[in-house]
Amino acid sequence: MFTILHLAIIAPFLAAVLVPLLYKFIPRIHTGWFVLIVPIVLFSYFLTYLPDVSGTGSVIKTFEWIPSLGINYVAYVDGLGLLFALLITGIGALVVLYSIYYLNKHKEQLNNFYTYLMLFMGAMLGLTLSDNLIVLYTFWEITSISSFLLISYWYTKEKSRYGALKSLLITFIGGFALLVGFVLIASVTGTYSIRGILDASDQLAASPLFLPAMLLILLGAFTKSAQFPFHIWLPDAMEAPTPVSAYLHSATMVKAGIYLVARLTPLFAVSAYWFWLVTGFGLLTLIWGSLSAIRQTDLKGILAYSTVSQLGMILSMLGAGAAALHYDSVDNNAYTVAVAAAIFHLINHATYKGSLFMMAGIIDHETGTRDIRRLGGLMTLMPISFTIAVIGGFSMAGLPPFNGFLSKEMFFMSMVEITHFSQYGMGSIGLLLPIVAWTASIFTFVYCMILVFRTFTGKLQEEKLPAKPHEAPFGMLLAPLILVALVVVFGFFPNTLVPAIIEPAMASIMPELAQTGSFGVDIYFWHGFSPELFMTIGVVLLGTIIFLVLQKWSSIYAVFPDNRLFNQTYNRFLEGIERTSYTVISWHMTGLVRDYFIYIFSFTVVLLLFSLFGTGAFAIDTANMVPVTPYEAVLSLVLVGSSLILMFTRSRLKAVISLGVLGYTVALFFVLFRAPDLALTQLTIETVSVTLFLLCFYHFPQIFDALKETKFHAANLVISVAVGLTVTLIGLSASGTRLFPAISDYFLENSYKEAGGNNVVNVILVDFRGFDTLLEILVLGIASLGVYSLIKLRLAGGENK
Amino acid sequence: MEIIMSILAGFLFTVGLYLILTKNLIRIIIGSSVLSHGAHLLLLTMAGLKTGAPPLLGLNADTYVDPLPQALILTAIVISFGVTSFILVLGYRTYKVTGAAETDQLRGTDTDE
Repeated sequence: MFTILHLAIIAPFLAAVLVPLLYKFIPRIHTGWFVLIVPIVLFSYFLTYLPDVSGTGSVIKTFEWIPSLGINYVAYVDGLGLLFALLITGIGALVVLYSIYYLNKHKEQLNNFYTYLMLFMGAMLGLTLSDNLIVLYTFWEITSISSFLLISYWYTKEKSRYGALKSLLITFIGGFALLVGFVLIASVTGTYSIRGILDASDQLAASPLFLPAMLLILLGAFTKSAQFPFHIWLPDAMEAPTPVSAYLHSATMVKAGIYLVARLTPLFAVSAYWFWLVTGFGLLTLIWGSLSAIRQTDLKGILAYSTVSQLGMILSMLGAGAAALHYDSVDNNAYTVAVAAAIFHLINHATYKGSLFMMAGIIDHETGTRDIRRLGGLMTLMPISFTIAVIGGFSMAGLPPFNGFLSKEMFFMSMVEITHFSQYGMGSIGLLLPIVAWTASIFTFVYCMILVFRTFTGKLQEEKLPAKPHEAPFGMLLAPLILVALVVVFGFFPNTLVPAIIEPAMASIMPELAQTGSFGVDIYFWHGFSPELFMTIGVVLLGTIIFLVLQKWSSIYAVFPDNRLFNQTYNRFLEGIERTSYTVISWHMTGLVRDYFIYIFSFTVVLLLFSLFGTGAFAIDTANMVPVTPYEAVLSLVLVGSSLILMFTRSRLKAVISLGVLGYTVALFFVLFRAPDLALTQLTIETVSVTLFLLCFYHFPQIFDALKETKFHAANLVISVAVGLTVTLIGLSASGTRLFPAISDYFLENSYKEAGGNNVVNVILVDFRGFDTLLEILVLGIASLGVYSLIKLRLAGGENK
Repeated sequence: MEIIMSILAGFLFTVGLYLILTKNLIRIIIGSSVLSHGAHLLLLTMAGLKTGAPPLLGLNADTYVDPLPQALILTAIVISFGVTSFILVLGYRTYKVTGAAETDQLRGTDTDE
């Protein structure tokens, strides 16, 4: 049944249809105001689901789409799905509000913008609130497409088109891998329903398809969530308008991969590969992103790499959380904290990263540049933006009292705890995990400081700025202010989120554990003198020192392998594919008919000879053969002789005459083999053919001139001899054997009885198999019409003589 | 006899194909004609060259040769004649319009649409 929940999910699609109409017919009001209603209503609607999902609860509504294939639009709201739905609609509302002030009503094509944005929102809701893998995949691809459209929103800029294409190619490759992975899973478990698959997880774990399915799905998740080395599309996606960057490329779409990893954790987490891949790539992305962010000079570039880095961090926590599933009870299960931290950081990242992107957009809007080398000293001019940047930046750096501090502490805690884990081959290598995490956090701290202080403190370089800087209008500041307010609120009162959102989401990720009791998550500032605290103090101390002496050591970056390496690999890969296909095509597609004939016949010969001898079909049965008479021997010699002349002659008349001789010899063969009708027809037709050749020759002798220049070609001879030999061999092995008697006795018996004719061949032609004759007449008719029009019709192109 | 006929058919295929693989338009047309002769003889041979009377019931013979392949070949002869005459005229017209009697002169260029 189609319910309100289904309607809510696809409501943005319906809104996308209305947007162009509103844009066209109500041009006086900024279209964004109408659009704003949708996410606000949806956000309020999804808030009403909070009580339903508390604990381990969930809401399932099924709408049959293709029931015969087991593909149904099953809306499934549980803790994890609802968390994402709230993020999507909540941040969506703020982004729409921000975009109303960011995008100019007169200069921009708002209809396109809001249509794409609504398309994206609907797809994202569908992705996170779907229980069916195929439906999930459908929405997954719509997010890729709408992201492509949004990145290339300013399609006249070449960099926008480049970035859009890059993101599309990378996410589509991942999306396709995802589809294959889903199909593999479904082929083992027999269902596309996620709940059904989780119930059959033992079956999948025992299947040989477990590992391929896991790798393919991880490939999909990693490309979407910009994990190393697929992160290269995200910085180029920064060509999109800033509201898009804030929404898609920090808060929602890039978390689709994380959603998928979290959603399928109960399925795959039994495997050590899952733990090592997810945690390993997460940490690698974390440190790579944070190192790369420091070298950026563009505000959005820094934010893009910081997003990459933070996504890696969330993913590594989800991977570490997989360890929790090896314990039967939530009591004394230290690893659940990793999952709690992942979810908490997911929320935190969405809040502060959204606000930071909006801040970067404001700076761009009010000063005309995003280059930190030209910015500085904006603190007094733009005090509100500065406040936003400080709160957002410090939260990202993991400083108290903001929410980033809490999730970072939990991150350290989970990374320290995981070193005590005894399975998955964790030995001394496990010690690397907290060290990498800690190092990456230092660099995270450094780029956060760069972001805040390089932009707002120091000397104002007004001569370098394209516009005179001043504070943004209040409407533009409203959305980031709400987000930083949340940063502070979640920082001081983190436990308000726990029962309503975090624990239900944890229950979705670890359903088996959820049944044994409450997770008892308690987020608090003061842990006592625990390792995490000292790690944070170390981060702040070392980070501050590194930031202060940044000038001195940043030249190290000259030798540090940068992201150009991956971008060049990507570009070379594309160029290589193009060049290779061009080479291959121009190598074998020569445009010469002869070459194509050679391909066709060589392939035919190889295939036929292979199957003839490969299957042992070659055999000569001489039992039923007819003896050779002198007539036939002489005729055969004539046939061979005339064809040899035809083959090598350079005289045009000889060619025509020996063709005639050949035809008449064939007619004589028909006489010898007792086929009077064939002989008659062959004689007549050969005569007419030779006449035609002679006519052609008479009217246009020059066309035959080229015969004189005919050269002998050994390769041609080899291929033609091979074909002739194949025909002979097949003929020999076929003529001796007959699997069943011919049906000709029927024709001989009934020709007179049924059809009243004594000439059996003619009776077959016009009576038993008259349809052949009808169509053969049609062929002759078409040929004669074709000849007539070839000669008579003179359209453009004309004659050269 | 079947062995000789098979060899003959294969030989006609060789000659026909050799002619088709050359560049000259007229030789290609002649080659296709030779190829069809080979195919017709092969058809006849495949059905078995049994001795017997021609398939005319008025002869009142004990055995007749197989009438069905004869009907098939008759159809094929007529069709190959239609095709040969058409491509002959097509080659003639091609020569008249483009002045080319060889296939490599008929190659399109990269600028052709």
